Amino acid sequence: MNQVAIELRNISKRFGRIQANKDVNLSVYNGEILALLGENGSGKTTLMNMISGIYHPDEGQIFIGGNEVSINSPHDAFNFKIGMIHQHFKLVDLFTAAENIVLGLDEPGKFDLAQVSKRVNEISEKYGFDIDPNKKIYEMSVSEKQTVEIVKVLYRGADILILDEPTAVLTPQEAGKLFDVVRRMRNDGKAIIIITHKLHEVLALSDKVAVLRHGEYVGTVNTAETNEEELTEMMVGKKVALNIQRPEPENPEDRIVVEHINCHSRDGVKLLDDVSFVARSGEILGIAGIAGSGQRELLEAIAGLQKLDGGSIIYHDPKTGREENLRDKTPIQIRELGVRLSFVPEDRLGMGLVGDMDIVDNMMLRSYRSGRSMFVQRQEPEALAERIIEQLGVVTPGTDVAVRKLSGGNVQKILIGREIASAPTVLMAAYPVRGLDVNSSYLIYDLLNEQKKNGVAVIFVGEDLDVLVELCDRIMVIGSGKITGVVDGRSTTKNEIGYLMTKTVGEEESTDAE
Amino acid sequence: MQNEKAKSAAITKKTHEPFIYITKRNDLPRLKAWGIRAAVLLIAMLFCALLVMLLTGENPINVFSSMVEGSFGTSRKMWNLLQSAAILLGISLAVTPAFKMRFWNTGAEGQVLIGMLASVACMFYIGDAIPSWLLIVIMFFASVIAGAVWAGIPGFFKATWNTNETLFTLMMNYVAMQLVSFFIMIWVPSGSMILGVVNADSQNGWFPSIAGQKYLLNVLIVALITVIVYVYLKKTKQGYEIAVVGESENTARYIGINVKKVILRTVLISGALCGVMGWILAAGTAHSITANSVGGNGFTAIMISWMSKFNPLVMVFSSLLVCFLQRGAGEIASTLRLNSSVGEVLTGVIILFIISSEFFINYKVNFRHKKHKEEVK
Repeated sequence: MNQVAIELRNISKRFGRIQANKDVNLSVYNGEILALLGENGSGKTTLMNMISGIYHPDEGQIFIGGNEVSINSPHDAFNFKIGMIHQHFKLVDLFTAAENIVLGLDEPGKFDLAQVSKRVNEISEKYGFDIDPNKKIYEMSVSEKQTVEIVKVLYRGADILILDEPTAVLTPQEAGKLFDVVRRMRNDGKAIIIITHKLHEVLALSDKVAVLRHGEYVGTVNTAETNEEELTEMMVGKKVALNIQRPEPENPEDRIVVEHINCHSRDGVKLLDDVSFVARSGEILGIAGIAGSGQRELLEAIAGLQKLDGGSIIYHDPKTGREENLRDKTPIQIRELGVRLSFVPEDRLGMGLVGDMDIVDNMMLRSYRSGRSMFVQRQEPEALAERIIEQLGVVTPGTDVAVRKLSGGNVQKILIGREIASAPTVLMAAYPVRGLDVNSSYLIYDLLNEQKKNGVAVIFVGEDLDVLVELCDRIMVIGSGKITGVVDGRSTTKNEIGYLMTKTVGEEESTDAE
Repeated sequence: MQNEKAKSAAITKKTHEPFIYITKRNDLPRLKAWGIRAAVLLIAMLFCALLVMLLTGENPINVFSSMVEGSFGTSRKMWNLLQSAAILLGISLAVTPAFKMRFWNTGAEGQVLIGMLASVACMFYIGDAIPSWLLIVIMFFASVIAGAVWAGIPGFFKATWNTNETLFTLMMNYVAMQLVSFFIMIWVPSGSMILGVVNADSQNGWFPSIAGQKYLLNVLIVALITVIVYVYLKKTKQGYEIAVVGESENTARYIGINVKKVILRTVLISGALCGVMGWILAAGTAHSITANSVGGNGFTAIMISWMSKFNPLVMVFSSLLVCFLQRGAGEIASTLRLNSSVGEVLTGVIILFIISSEFFINYKVNFRHKKHKEEVK
């Protein structure tokens, strides 16, 4: 039984300057569940894409059943009996489950859907799935769709299954059912790799845990011999000194007080769940969390872009001392109240800027309305563009270049430059250093610190824990739309934050369901 | 260790590099881009010449010269070219604000036709009761409102319920055509379904001739529209909002633009301009109406707008070129006694070449280096 199903040796992959994977070694035995653990951007998905034939490794070897192989396409992966269940389902809505399952399969003989349904039912019975082969995809719940994806892979005879964050979209009860199925598949001798960053799931389900950090392979441990503390430390690593400046806050006072805000997605999933916090002037408030835990919704709620179900967002005006509730106001209404709120969104070219417009036109986004004339005036934005290019050292052939053509760091300088040009009292920045080189990153930290010294309330959503711990005065951790803790930036540790990030409130429920 | 390295090198060799691969370029100077366009046009002409020789055995120079003859041969032919180019240009300008906002208005045909119907109805019902100049003014407002309503209906549905505007505007074309047929049926008691020239004797509601040219006013009005649309799109706050909404609705929301309002406003403007073109067709060109009065210009305009990258000034040249090709094609058919389709084939080929030139401007085609090939061996 205990045969190596798949083994990776010294796998490396680069995308341009970014090292996505470096010297990764992994092996999974038949009848074993391996959890692949790591923060966002640690290279988990890249690694799995190499196994499933979407990418090809730059260096290293892959062995399947002891033989070295080269997987050049998803079709090759299929021939090696590797099946991947993606986070985002790839199903045709108008087809039934059975039709989706055989879609693209070139089986010899007559096409017989009744036969397919029969086989689907056999598989379901064997592993305990609950699936109706004749139900159309658009009538299915998220969990049913996922079941179809798994059955699809099993129908094709996969022996090595990769599940990419399978519980991200499931309720705790559904997750419990999924775990039962995964265990049955393991007992049947399948090799299973499950990508996740929820620690309790790792501990509840897996036999072994492999940890990646910043693309590098940290190590593999047996689940039975480890605990949450050890895994967190492997995941976040030892503290790296970055020497980012952190001036003491001067006379901090409450600037934005958020109380009990909630919001739902269209499918009824809670995106923000009773969130309350305070952002103070002269202070950098860090927000940490796994990507997609509600950070975006939180910032957009403050910026007037997200409908809320309840609660309040009170802004304290530093000049007049007035209090304004920003909830359910549009961005224009917020500005008309005299609230100088700047927002550097995560999606720079898709939200903060217009990629195909030149630098001057992008400067105008915030200011074009001023004045009564029906014509836009370009002198002031032009001057602002030139000032930002000079002060922040933006590398560009001129002000009439489409921002899409600039490098990531320069794009970000232009966006932040514009946002701080309006002398804000609140500055929100989501992942402002993502994809930036070291020098640009430090420039951004300096800019944020400068704003802080000017008495601006800075909210910084980050992913690199080392940066959060060195830059922020306070760090708020968010998990699945809930605040799981607020810690002091000067006394906290990466492990503490990492633990708060992976701890989900309502964990108990999912363990019950198992 | 060394052995392992050799092994991993063996894997890299196995990956195959495609023979041709395409990369996006983003640094082509504007002058060079226009150079590519000119070169492609030249190649298209040569290709057409070859095609004509192979298909018909005619001397291609004869074919081209008779195309030129057809457009510029006499002053009448030239004015006909100018008037049809003006109509095409005007409709292209009308659809452009919507297109710039990524609202795919495929209903210009119907919006122009309904505007034309409104004008002709005014001529028909109140033609003799009021002075001609007043009638023309009333016709103008009737056409503008009709065109705006015809575009506004799908625009409202798009802004409110995010329905598909392409299908909706397209279907409105057929409604407009049927409406025209319906009114002709009422207006023409004989049942021949052909409405003759309206107010043929009094010429009430007709554009006056200027300097002896009956189409000069048409051309002047369209020239004015060109300038207005250019300034509106490039220099006004509303034009800027259109560009932002078109490029990224998310950004528009982020800076507080009311996206619904901008969509509705722009679509109304687009429809109103189509209405103006219907007014010109009724008062300046046809003085009558049939269900096919717009003659496909509403669709050709879509192509003109795209080919010109939504730039009103470039549209002047594009619409002239296309009208020249269309008129030339007709001329070939009659003088050289070729099948009329030959001309259409040539027009199609040339336009296809022009459109595909954009591919070479945006992308670079690379061939696998030979040196690399040897390395692999």
